[in-house]
Amino acid sequence: MRQLIAALRKEMLLQWRTRAQILAIFVFGATSLLLFSFAVGPNSTALRLHAAGFLWLALLLSSTLALAESFQLETEQKGLEGLLLLPASARAMYYAKAIANAFQLSILGIALVPVMVVLYDVSIENLFGVFGVIVLGAAGLSAPGTIYSAMASQARAKQTLLPLLLFPLVVPVLLASVKATSLLIAGDPMGQLKSWVTLVTSFDLIYWSLCGLVFGRVVED
Amino acid sequence: MSDPLFDNAASEGRPVVAWVLIGLGIATLLFGSYVGLFVAPQEKFMGEVYRILFVHVPTAWNALLALTFAFGCALMFLFRGDWRWDARLEAGIEIGVVLSFLLCCQGAIWAKPTWGVWWDWDPRLTTTAVLLAAFLGILALRRFVDDPVKRATWSSVATVIAYVDVPIVYFSVKWWNSLHQMQSTPNTVSSAFHLPLRVNAIGILLLLIGVITLRTRIAKMRLREELAPPEPAAGSAMEYAPGAGR
Repeated sequence: MRQLIAALRKEMLLQWRTRAQILAIFVFGATSLLLFSFAVGPNSTALRLHAAGFLWLALLLSSTLALAESFQLETEQKGLEGLLLLPASARAMYYAKAIANAFQLSILGIALVPVMVVLYDVSIENLFGVFGVIVLGAAGLSAPGTIYSAMASQARAKQTLLPLLLFPLVVPVLLASVKATSLLIAGDPMGQLKSWVTLVTSFDLIYWSLCGLVFGRVVED
Repeated sequence: MSDPLFDNAASEGRPVVAWVLIGLGIATLLFGSYVGLFVAPQEKFMGEVYRILFVHVPTAWNALLALTFAFGCALMFLFRGDWRWDARLEAGIEIGVVLSFLLCCQGAIWAKPTWGVWWDWDPRLTTTAVLLAAFLGILALRRFVDDPVKRATWSSVATVIAYVDVPIVYFSVKWWNSLHQMQSTPNTVSSAFHLPLRVNAIGILLLLIGVITLRTRIAKMRLREELAPPEPAAGSAMEYAPGAGR
């Protein structure tokens, strides 16, 4: 636990020092939201209907930028080898990185909500519920995203490889998050919210456990 | 070199068994297709269109089997570190991807006259496409990593992670409401259709084993080349020879 806290402290410090980059990723996400509206046209009803989907697509596209940078510093000066020489487990390193990524994506998602409200004229019934789903969905993106980022950062064509590996895998998380967010925005008369939240939570549990188990093999071999 | 990959190198002769299996597979598949096309009765509701089921369902079973085999190989490589499992993993993923692609194509061909569209966002169909994309990503990962140790470990890890999607493919009909047929079992299919379905399933299985054996052989050859120690540079013996340079 102490190892995890120490590693998490390092990750949060790194994120604070590279905050300009997070701001740039937010601008990218907001621009994506703006561009989606051009795809649908100036039809405010259609925009309102698809607002949750656009929000999650913007977050997914932004996540590839955020996650791709996640192991950049470790690979530049052989920092990863240095970290592995420390008397700390790779699992602590993984969970610290994944928590930091989930935190960053959650902040990004929450920051994109006002942009969505302004651009698509959406009135949200349950704002804190939407924030909760964003945190759950961001956790689902960051668990496999962190492990794939560790692989992609050391491979050729890293910019192509990360989305190629990540996008198919997170489809269920994306689907459940979009559905849950839509229900929280427009209301849930049929009581479907619980099942979608259960689905995204189950995926979170599976991916967080599985990726934590295998991460050691990815960085140590 | 004590690695079994190198120990068995000399004993590997011509892949006769693989070719025999492929030949048997093709013959079985031809017989099953003949029964399916000309002997099996017409289906009550779908008419003649249903006959694609005799290749579609066996393809689905074998695609799932090939990806399960790849998952098993990934686990074996992660636990044992034996290179032969990496070669089998490569073969399993490639064949699984080919069969999943064929599955999507056959599904589209069946869907057009039955549902009126080539593609429908039915959960099972969509999840098969997602599965195909996930394993294509792993094949791309194998191409983009040059170090054989990292390539083998990472693709094994990625296979284990992606395989989590396989149960979703199979059970998605139950999890979500769907336009798709329920899974085909002996209880949901008329007994007249059992023979061509089973014969074709065995035919594709024989083909699958034959092709995986051949593909594994090629992967092993490449691995031997990659893992072999570098040959000493020409003239290096002279540099260390006593009296050299005098």
